[in-house]
Amino acid sequence: MKAKGYETDGAEPGFVLLDRLGSDRLLARMTGVWKIGVRLPRPENVLKQAEPFPSAGHLSFETSGITSWDTSLVTFLSSFLDRCAMLGIQADTAGLPPGVQRLLQLAGAFRSGHEGEKVHEKVTFLERTGGKALGFFQALFAFLLFVGGAVVALGRLLSFHARFRFSDFMAVLQESGPNALPIIFLISALVGIILAFVGAVQLRMFNAEIYIADVVGISMAREMGPMMTAIVMMGRTGASFAAQLGAMETNEEIDALRTLGIDPMEFLVLPRMIALIIMIPLLTLYSDVIGILSGALTGIGMFGIPASQYYEETKVFLTLNQFGIGLAKSVFFGSIIAASGCFYGMRCGRSASAVGDATTRSVVSGIVFIIVADGTFAVITSVLGI
Amino acid sequence: MKREDPIALRDITLAYDSLLVLKDVNFQVKRGDIFVIMGGSGSGKSSLMKAMTGLLPPVRGQVFYEGVDFWEAGPATRDAILHKVGVLYQRGALWSSMTLAENIALPLEEFTGLGAEEIRDLVNFKLSLVGLSGFEDAYPAEISGGMIKRAALARAMALDPGILFFDEPSAGLDPVSARLLDELILELKQNLHTTIIVISHDLESIFTIADTAILLDSEERTVIASGKPEDLLRNSEDSRVQKFLTRVQTVFPET
Ligand SMILES: Nc1ncnc2c1ncn2[C@@H]1O[C@H](COP(=O)(O)OP(=O)(O)O)[C@@H](O)[C@H]1O
Ligand SMILES: [Mg+2]
Repeated sequence: MKAKGYETDGAEPGFVLLDRLGSDRLLARMTGVWKIGVRLPRPENVLKQAEPFPSAGHLSFETSGITSWDTSLVTFLSSFLDRCAMLGIQADTAGLPPGVQRLLQLAGAFRSGHEGEKVHEKVTFLERTGGKALGFFQALFAFLLFVGGAVVALGRLLSFHARFRFSDFMAVLQESGPNALPIIFLISALVGIILAFVGAVQLRMFNAEIYIADVVGISMAREMGPMMTAIVMMGRTGASFAAQLGAMETNEEIDALRTLGIDPMEFLVLPRMIALIIMIPLLTLYSDVIGILSGALTGIGMFGIPASQYYEETKVFLTLNQFGIGLAKSVFFGSIIAASGCFYGMRCGRSASAVGDATTRSVVSGIVFIIVADGTFAVITSVLGI
Repeated sequence: MKREDPIALRDITLAYDSLLVLKDVNFQVKRGDIFVIMGGSGSGKSSLMKAMTGLLPPVRGQVFYEGVDFWEAGPATRDAILHKVGVLYQRGALWSSMTLAENIALPLEEFTGLGAEEIRDLVNFKLSLVGLSGFEDAYPAEISGGMIKRAALARAMALDPGILFFDEPSAGLDPVSARLLDELILELKQNLHTTIIVISHDLESIFTIADTAILLDSEERTVIASGKPEDLLRNSEDSRVQKFLTRVQTVFPET
């Protein structure tokens, strides 16, 4: 089979012939074109030519037959020489082209550097499981420390001891409040319509379309408003907190603050957390209203419920209590979003992928926490009967 | 170690969790000197700077500022010491959400009782020192790498520190900007008598500015040579020292 090369069409592909010179001496005669795109021999196959191996043998090279080469020759030799070393064969590289020798030296120098010390041990199943479990608890502990730190910083703020930039706070307030209105509008309107449709399909069987008003009102105020707002805000603002703080950590900006004696908790985390916790109940309320209105429009427009009836039904069943529960939840969700975004941002490493990783992690664990918190709320409210 | 030495390290050992980075590092820096910490990538230069600037507590050993044990001192003393220290980070580390003027003004606002007018004058003066007049309202993302380094230097000098740290000032700069920065460092020494600690493996810069230098080695994980670079080059018989000081600088990006 002829390999496709660039300038090598017609030329001999690289080949190695292992000759035995005496009982313990090997000579590798290398010929042909050693370039990427040419079909080249595998080091392990070449060595098979010399089986059985002489114990403590010597190997030298004869390379005048090589017509052209690139780094694929160096790659081949690097792995070939490793194998020889493992077999106890001493290789003498003097016969190789000088350029190749130099590149091999360079590769060896880097290999014997720091990386070489890292031994890749095989990790057993138990170690892996244990490691994961320990890692989880360590992360949880670190998160609790972080929340504790935030509370302490809040204490300092309330006693006027914190370094708090009001202009930053206003910027976050703008970003996590008014700027989120369009997307919350879109999502809430759609959820309202969906609720009305799903409810209508079932209720129509009992001729009870009027109860769409209850379905839409109560689900929006109690569940969907806070939940959808929280999820949108996690993906939007929580993620951006993680990315901003992560980029600052990567860029040593947070170190620069610490060295000045400015606590990043007070300076960066607190404005974000407070702004989000203020904004999220307002956004939730907005979402509730939009969802209920769009549900109403659907009920009245598509299913022919008289507007006055729909209004009366909503007024009777949708108590302030329902809104209260939703808003209480949203404050919790807001804390989770801000804490999760800031926590992962501040723990971001310095590598190139660190910021992306931090963002992803914050969003995933934030959403999980939100749903767990929502479940907990559902249990508590049902036990309390509210 | 003399009490008046602005900074001295005794038996410093540094580690990240279980990763030992440096052990038994000892040196003192004389007032007004330019002290260079040399070493290849990953030899622990930045970590050493972190131990001196309050970011990485040593596992063992002491950092002394004018005889005061930094890590044993209370937070108030530590903050007071650090306010007399300026740091130019490897990547500049300008606060990205603020303009250059705001970056330089922040330490002044937080730690001096100066009024807005005075702060503005100081900021403009510092920016003009590093040749950045007219860029007060630029954001860090809008200026070049060399300008970021210079602006970061202006910020490091905001509180007129007695000690300045530079983490690889020439890293990521073109040769011309790198030489300009060297000149700026020499000016600071001559005119403000600032004690300057520079982390570097840029040979040209080392031979230009260093009064004293130490060489860290990543295999031994400690200081393997110290002295004036010219003397080291002439007198040291250690092959690693010779290799470091005579190597041909590669074009590989070094961190
Ligand atoms: N935050 C960190 N966590 C864990 N290891 C680190 C951290 N920072 C640096 N290291 C490790 O410590 C060693 C020294 O790093 P550093 O002080 O940055 O070296 P240098 O500045 O001389 O290039 C390296 O092996 C590096 O991987
Ligand atoms: Mg470094």
